Amino acid sequence: MRIKFGLALVTLILAGSAMLVTGARPAGSGTITGKATFTGTPPKMRPIDMSKEPYCQKLHNPPIKTQDVEAGPGDTLKDVVVYISAGDEGAATPSTPVRFDQKGCEYLPHVLTMEANQPLQIYTDDPVAHNIHPMPKLNEEWNKSQPPGAPPIDVKWDKAEFIPVKCNIHPWMHGYFVVLKTSHYGVTGDDGTYAIKNVPAGKYTLTAWQEHMGTLTQQVTVSGGEAKADFQFHALPY
Amino acid sequence: MTMSKNVKHGLMLCALGLSLAIPGIAVAQDTGAHAAGLTGRAEAGKLDYRRWCVGCHGEEGNGEGNNAQWIDPKPRDFTTALFRWRSTPTGSLPTDQDLYDTITRGVVDTFMPSWRPLTPQERVDLVAYIKTFSTKWQTQKPGTPIAIPPEPPTTIESVLRGRETFDKLQCWKCHGPEGRGDGPSAVTLTDDKGLPIRPYNFHDGTRFRCGETNQDLYKIFMTGLDGTPMPSFVDNLKPEEAWDLVHFLRTLQPHVKSQSRDLWLEYVKTHKDIKPIGADSAGQ
Repeated sequence: MRIKFGLALVTLILAGSAMLVTGARPAGSGTITGKATFTGTPPKMRPIDMSKEPYCQKLHNPPIKTQDVEAGPGDTLKDVVVYISAGDEGAATPSTPVRFDQKGCEYLPHVLTMEANQPLQIYTDDPVAHNIHPMPKLNEEWNKSQPPGAPPIDVKWDKAEFIPVKCNIHPWMHGYFVVLKTSHYGVTGDDGTYAIKNVPAGKYTLTAWQEHMGTLTQQVTVSGGEAKADFQFHALPY
Repeated sequence: MTMSKNVKHGLMLCALGLSLAIPGIAVAQDTGAHAAGLTGRAEAGKLDYRRWCVGCHGEEGNGEGNNAQWIDPKPRDFTTALFRWRSTPTGSLPTDQDLYDTITRGVVDTFMPSWRPLTPQERVDLVAYIKTFSTKWQTQKPGTPIAIPPEPPTTIESVLRGRETFDKLQCWKCHGPEGRGDGPSAVTLTDDKGLPIRPYNFHDGTRFRCGETNQDLYKIFMTGLDGTPMPSFVDNLKPEEAWDLVHFLRTLQPHVKSQSRDLWLEYVKTHKDIKPIGADSAGQ
């Protein structure tokens, strides 16, 4: 009797995990859209001094500014990652790689979002040497050099984490690899808006993350059409 | 003072229950250690750790012992399982032998002495104990050590090729064109804890922190020093190029007698038009 019960349990668990792995669930038709804004006084972004790397300095005239808080018209915020943090059933990991570029001693994009175990390719276009130094706590930290002409670095992160990444040679180059457990996420653009597509109907917890201002969460219900979720951060100067 | 059998059983059950009930508190398991042909046990290493290491590395192994505030560079934080001197690729755990070697050798120019006064068995027990501070040792295996092929003969050609590599890979951005640790990026460097850190000055010392042989030097730039700005170059250098670089780096060390330096000094006597390192990049 006990053995039978045990077998049934094992079968159930196996079936459950198979569903998770294959992502056996219908692709949704709902969309979550919204805007990220802030109140308060954000820290001032400073022009970056690239005089230690003359090649890159010449490319940026006027100099680009630091990107910790990228405020737009109407107090909107760029590079806010909005994602379903609870209620998502999970799906198969995409095999399409996400691309991260180093161009003119700048990270493009400043915040790169991907799923756990999704391939990440790190390219350099620069005739100057960089080193890629991600500093995760849950995943494995490494530090690799990428001299001019070096092939892309292929890597994967197996745990969800917000990973700061920097170049030690050019300390102004820093950004984030945002590794998520869900395929339902969006990143706000220049106008502070985002859209998360193909969301199945259901109730979800939505989280918005901004590198300087932290996270905000709210509940959202999707029932086929478009659901709205705006986020308002509170900015404090440094 | 004899205990009845029942009471004894009861106590044992209690102990068992407690140990099962609080698995999270049991800091970590003893994964053991194997180095220098010996097997280490964490329980045995704990005593020595508490006697000799706790003052700097702290009771919890986080590098925040009582003496840590007075020490720079800071004692290693074992809870991150991030180690600089490894034979294994960047992003992987070091081997037990790597940790054993660091304990044995000590770390020159820091407060970490050589622990040769302890017996090899005591040192390998310490390795086992250090590994209890991070659960990574239970979930991951150490990386496969990077292969170091036999060193080819030192020639002036090899030194010159190494010099080109030093220039091309832009090692001088941090280490400086003459290896004095004064490159343009040097002053901005920080370690993982955000503390300022200096690139190695080849003119200064004779030893490296992870040893003094050419093989040690080869290992440093191929594995990188995790937790510091020094990256791994294993994907950018073929073994023969790596050896060329070793031969060139030796020419930067006035206090170390080497064939490389002798060949280089002879060479510069007759070659006055040597292109300075970093020249291509200046004003680019």
